[in-house]
This record gives sequence, C-alpha cells and structure tokens, in this order.
Amino acid sequence: MEALYLLIPLSIGVVFIAIWIFFRASDGGQFDDLVGPAMRILQDDDRVQGSDLSDTTSKDDEKKH
Amino acid sequence: MNAVATSCFHCGLPVPAGSSWSVNVADVSRPMCCPGCEAVAQTIVDNGLSNYYLTRDGFSATADREALVPAELRLYDTPEVLGQFAEQSGDDGELSEATFSVDGIRCAACVWLIERQLVRVHGVQAVNLNVATERLHVRWQNENCKPSDILKAVREVGYVAYPFDAVRHGEQLRRAGKTLFRQLFIAGLSMMQVMMYAVPVYMATDGTMDADMETLMRWASLFLTLPAVSYSALPFFKGAWSNLKSRALGMDVPVALGIAAAFAGSTVATFTGKGDVYFDSVTMFIFLLLCSRYLELVARRKAASALEKLQHALPASASRMPGFPSDRTTEVVPAAQLCEGDMVLVKPGEAIAADCVIVEGSTAIDLSLLTGESNPQRKLVGEALPGGAINATQAIVVRITKLARESALSTLVKLIERAGQAKPQLSQWADKVAAWFVGALLLFAVVVFGVWQWHDPSRAWPIAIAVLVVSCPCALSLATPSALAAATDRLVRQGVLVVQPHVLETLHRTTHVIFDKTGTLTLGKPALRNIATFGTVPGTWCLHAAAALEATSAHPLAQAIIDAARHPRAGSGSAAATEIVYAAGQGIEGIIEGVRYRLGSAAFVGEIALVPVPEAEDAGLTPVYFGTAGAWLARFDLADMLRPDAREVVAHFQQNGKKVILLSGDQDGVTQRVARELGIVSAHGEYLPDQKLDFVQDLQAAGAVVAMVGDGINDAAVLRAADVSFAMGGGAALAQTHADTVLLSSRLALIAEADQVAAKTMSVIRQNLGWATLYNAIAIPAAALGLLNPWLSGIGMSLSSAIVVINALRLRRIPRANRTLPNAAPHAASSIAA
Repeated sequence: MEALYLLIPLSIGVVFIAIWIFFRASDGGQFDDLVGPAMRILQDDDRVQGSDLSDTTSKDDEKKH
Repeated sequence: MNAVATSCFHCGLPVPAGSSWSVNVADVSRPMCCPGCEAVAQTIVDNGLSNYYLTRDGFSATADREALVPAELRLYDTPEVLGQFAEQSGDDGELSEATFSVDGIRCAACVWLIERQLVRVHGVQAVNLNVATERLHVRWQNENCKPSDILKAVREVGYVAYPFDAVRHGEQLRRAGKTLFRQLFIAGLSMMQVMMYAVPVYMATDGTMDADMETLMRWASLFLTLPAVSYSALPFFKGAWSNLKSRALGMDVPVALGIAAAFAGSTVATFTGKGDVYFDSVTMFIFLLLCSRYLELVARRKAASALEKLQHALPASASRMPGFPSDRTTEVVPAAQLCEGDMVLVKPGEAIAADCVIVEGSTAIDLSLLTGESNPQRKLVGEALPGGAINATQAIVVRITKLARESALSTLVKLIERAGQAKPQLSQWADKVAAWFVGALLLFAVVVFGVWQWHDPSRAWPIAIAVLVVSCPCALSLATPSALAAATDRLVRQGVLVVQPHVLETLHRTTHVIFDKTGTLTLGKPALRNIATFGTVPGTWCLHAAAALEATSAHPLAQAIIDAARHPRAGSGSAAATEIVYAAGQGIEGIIEGVRYRLGSAAFVGEIALVPVPEAEDAGLTPVYFGTAGAWLARFDLADMLRPDAREVVAHFQQNGKKVILLSGDQDGVTQRVARELGIVSAHGEYLPDQKLDFVQDLQAAGAVVAMVGDGINDAAVLRAADVSFAMGGGAALAQTHADTVLLSSRLALIAEADQVAAKTMSVIRQNLGWATLYNAIAIPAAALGLLNPWLSGIGMSLSSAIVVINALRLRRIPRANRTLPNAAPHAASSIAA
C-alpha cells in the first residue's frame, strides 16, 4: 500500500500534464472539426493529380492559429 | 432506360411516369427525376467523380435547375464585394483566401465530392472543408480564378455555397463556443479524477482505510478540483457577480454560492482533518451545468448560422437605372457599388439598399426592423428613406444620398441577435421561481444551521453545507433551458428555424391555426388541371398548339401551359406558330399550319369563334380558351397546385383538436374550393390585409391562441399579430422578418413536425420540473435532519441533474420515420396533375 503515497501525487501531476496537452491541442485547432476527419478517412484516394491537398491545408491551418 | 426503377438515382424523389431524364453512371443508365438532377449528375460523372455515388450513404439534395447558376453570382467578382469577404495573401497579393458557407453536407461522400470538384477548378490552390461548421476555406490565384467560378463549381455538383464573413458574424459566437468547450472538458476531466479518489472512501468499510490515506485522497481531490472551480466555474461566478450588481437573484447566484460554499467547506475540512468533503459533488455539478450551457450555445449558433444563410443566399443587390428618367431599363448591381446620386428602382417587398430620397411614386415604408414602429409609414416624393427599411406597397424610384454599407448591415445584425438573445417566457418563469426557491433555501439553510448550533454545534456546519449541496437548484434550473435548447437544435437540423424563443411553448397552447392560401397551402404558381375539348380535335394537339403560341411569353399562365406540354404525359407532338400577335390582357393570336388560332379569355377567342361559349366555367379554376375561326376547340383549366403535404398538415392539426381556418385574399370561389379539397370547414376568401388582421385580433379577443402560417407581403401584419407565426422559406423577405419561425425548405409538413416537437418539449419540461420538485421535497428535509451522509447527497444531486439533462437530450433525436431530406423540395410534384 505504500506505493499509493507515491502514485496519488503522481496522478495529480499526470492530470495537469493532460490539461496542458489539451490546451495546446485546442489552440492548434484539433477540436475545430470533430465530424469531418471521421468522414474523410473512408475515402481511399486522398491525393488528386499531384496537388497535395492534405499537406497544404494543414500547413495553412497552423499558420492561422 | 431502366423502366423498373421509380426513384431518382440522384435525389431519391419519384421519377414522373414516362419521363426520359437519365445519366450513365458506371456504365448503367440511371433514371433522374428532373433536368436539374440530370445536369448535376452529368457534371459529377463528366468530372470523373462518379465514385461519389458508390460511397455516399444517402440521397443527395434535389437540384433545382433555376438555382444552378444564377447570374447574380457574378456580383461576387466585383472588387467592392470581393473585398468584403476575401483576404489578399501571397507575396504580391496574387492569391486570395476566403471562407464560404456550404449547405447540405450529409455524408463522407459529400465532403469528398466538394473537395475534389474544387481542386479541379483552374487556379484553386487549397481547399479545406470543415464539416462541423459547414465552412469551406479556399485559397485561389486571382489571375486564373474568380469567386464566381468557385461558387459555380460547388453549385454544379448540387450544393449551395456563399461567401461567409467570419469577422462580421459568427466569430464571437465561435470563440464563446470554444471557451465553453474547454471549460467543459476541464470540468469533465476533473470530475472523473476526483471521482477516482472519492469512490474508495465511500466503499471502504470502517477501519480498512487508515487516516493518512484518507487525508492524502482528500488533498489529491482538492488539487484536482482547483482547475474546475477556478477555470470551468468562471461563467457562474461572473454571472452571479453581475446578478448581484444589478440586485437580482438569478439562477447563477445559488449555483455560485453552492459551488463556493461546498468548495470552501471541503477545503476547511481538508485542512483541519474534520468534517466531510464534497469535492466530487462540486466537480460533477459544474460539469453537468456546463453540459446544458454548451448544448444551448450549439443550438443558438446553429440557428444564427441558418438565419444568416437565409439572408445571405445572394449578395445585397439593387436595381440601378442608369438612364433615368429617359430610359427605364434596370441593371442589377451590388449594393456596395451604389454611389451618391444613383437612381434605383425599389420593388414592393424589397429592402432599401441605402439612405435615399424618393424621386418618383409614393409608398408605405416598413421601419419596424430599424425603429420598432409597427405601422407602415406613408412616404411621398421628396421624403428621405433610411437604408434597411422595407418598401411595403408600391414600386418607387429613389435617389441614393449615402453609401450603402452601414444600413444593410445593421438590419442583418439585428435579425441574428433576435434569433439568439431573448429568453423564452417559460425560462423566465422558471428563473423567477428558482429565485424565490433560492431565497427560501438560503433562509432555510441559515435556520437549520442555527437549530443545529443549539442542538449539536459540531454538526451544524456540515449539515448546512449538505442542505445547500443536496438541494442545489441545479435540476430546477436545468429543466427548462436544456429541453428548449435540445428541441430548437433538432428543429434547425430538420429545417425549421425558430427565430423567437417563445415559439415552442406558444405553439403547444395554440387553439386556432390560420393558413394563408397562395404560396402556403398552394405552390403559388398555376398549373394545368384539366383540358376540356369542344370538337373532334384531340386535347393533346390543342395543348401543343397552345404551347407553340405561348412559346415566347413570360406570363405565368403561359408558362403553365408550356410546362404541361413539355411533360411526358402530354405525349410527343410539335407545332410551330408564326405571325404571333399579343393582345395585352386578353390573349394571343398566331398561325399554325396555315390556320389562324386564338388563345386567351372567352371574349377574345369569342371574337373569331362567333358562337357562344359551350360550357359553363367552374368557379375556382382559371379558364384559358383556345379557338379558331368559327369554332371553339378547347378550354384549359388552370389552378394553383396544392402542396403535396398540405392535406397531411391540415389533418394533423384537426386531429389534435385545433381549429384550422383558411384566410385568403384570393377570390372566394377559389378559396372555398381549396378548403373543400383539404377538408377545412372554415374558409374566408377576398380578405384584405386589414380584414385578416381584424379577424385574428377578434379571435384573440375571444381568448383564442392563434398560429398563423403565411407568405407574402400582405401577410406581414397578420404574422406579427398572431401569437405564433410561420413563414415559408421561399416567401417574400418581409414576411420572414416578421415571423417567429421560418421554414427553411418548402416542406409544409415541417409545421406539423414543429407542433409535435413542441408538445414533446412541453411534456419533457413537465417531467423535469416534476422530478426536480419531488427530489427536493425529499432530499432537503432529509439533509436538514442530518440523515444524509456526504456521498449520498453528492450522488443524489448529481443524479437528479443528470436525469434532467438526459431526459432533455431525448428531444434531439429525430425519429427514423421523419428523417426525410430537408432540401427535397416537392417541386417535382408541382409539374402537372392534368
């Protein structure tokens, strides 16, 4: 049971790290569209005629935020 | 052609018998219901995107041919308008970026189709579609591509897009939503973690957990509750503070007080090591309350964006008359392009684009949106008009005195605010009751504290906190708003936009439902009902001959005859007419195969037929006669078509014990006939707008609660007077601005749907309030008597709120039977019923 004296404080640290990660992800626009990615993954050919769509858009997103 | 299949491959509507529209998709000929769908499907196949049909999991929206590419789209290319929604980027400003709103995204295949289609447009560099917000972000080269090309490309595959100005509208709401989402997430995380330390303490039997361990768990819970209280609960503390500043006892006060008291009490208990801790209750309470707030915000944002779509389907434009007064031709220009001194024609029902002075004509101006003045104001030549006002009666010519920008904008902003801000009466009532409840409760807690202080001082403080925590008026405050938010959200998804918040509760109490006829119960345009022939000439030949005569006419009756002749049921046949002469207001004359024919009114055709009209006319139908020298050939009976779902809607209200009344400005005969067909007992024709208004007010004076369903300019006053009003989405803009509810598609059945949702919402609210009352009646006395230990009161509080929220969420679900496409307008059925 002595392990708990270490693990419980540790878990608090983990929660605060999780909160920090969440805020970073939220700032980066990860949660802006929660519906679209699930739809897009169903399509096989993500790239059309040399124009690298997913790359340009994600870079674009990073710039904005 | 596939003769067995009966539904359109593209949109799923039934294919009219005998039609021949089809498209080859994956080497199989697929039937199409209308030329619009055919054009869209052909574009999709031609662009090599037929994969769309393999992966979609539902039918597409019906494509309206006229809506495919309106000429007004080019207005977006002018620098003035472009500057309003697009941003220049790149090194030399050779790139533009803009955000567009897209309608009708239903499945993964839609996303794929739109993105693929746009990447093909020459000059488009990057495309990104956000499905959750229905926003499309595009970057393009100015040289090779114009906004109208992008909008056209989207429309060609059957979706409607328009520029979205993020800075001007949704930005604030979006940011609020993002903050609330973060607060919700933190509260949820915190709640789950705190629960992890709370449960072992509850579960442990006496003596199995040593005091050190329990203290450690308490301290851990305290740290984990901190983010929830200091960050997630901010909206409640802020709300409570502003409540107190304005000396009102709102719902946020007890919520904030409950959180603060429970947290402070628990913190003290943690430091001293004596008493109970309520960290789990605090976090769960915050989380559940934020859940309902988030739901409300999402519903409001959806309503605002739907309303905005309605207003912004096309750019604000004006009809400029460059050659006035010598030349009266008009040209459509963007409102932003109007300069001082421009002459502009303003038709009835149109909004005035900018501040101006009347040059010709007199009219009544509706200022209600700008000033709240309800009666239209009479305006004569030389009087000034403010931009954003609505011309109510006559066409006028005006001279612009100021640039357009501000006025048009203020109208829009006002409308959108109206959609979200006002609180429904029921909610206000619940807030008021809750305020009293809170006052009484605080008093009660003080009394309980005093009594225990005298009886057993060591238990006084924990019990007072228990009373506050267990009774937290959470369930009571959540009961109404969560149900209303869930119902509004569901209705928006179905295409019913609730502008005024009182709609759901009033609709439920409605005793009388009044329908307008033209454009509401009917489609508002004539269609051929019947052909009566008087000679040996077959009716189909007469129809084709008549269509040939009318071929170049734009008259609505002519259009109905042409449409009927084109319909596959009319069979094939062709005729060419020469030497066509129009007689204004009477008819048309021309020569077909060497014989002179006339088409038009009985008197006009009678001039050459020279014998009396053979058959009596049926009242309620508009007859068009067809004849030649010395003989009557046929009579075409035209009538306004009923909407296909009109009967169902009328029956729905009648079954629910509401009185259905038909009020129309049209001839009494026509009105009575429509009423007979729909089974409406009470019908009144030839009612002027004033009489309609009097009629509604008389009913209201007699104690009736009136719902009005209308469309058109002359309904505006009645729509406002009625207790609850609906406007058809296709109707004149004026009617919409006065209506409490706007139907975004032309499906009349949505009104019945809204009525059902209203009834369900009310019963959910009743259940919620009943449950909250019952719970409080049991829990508060128990807590006051000291019977509740902390975990019982915590769980009781959380459970009571959770039940309320979950019960409300049931309203969001759309039953499978009603899950029809909101955009599947019944225009396919409008073509003919000859």
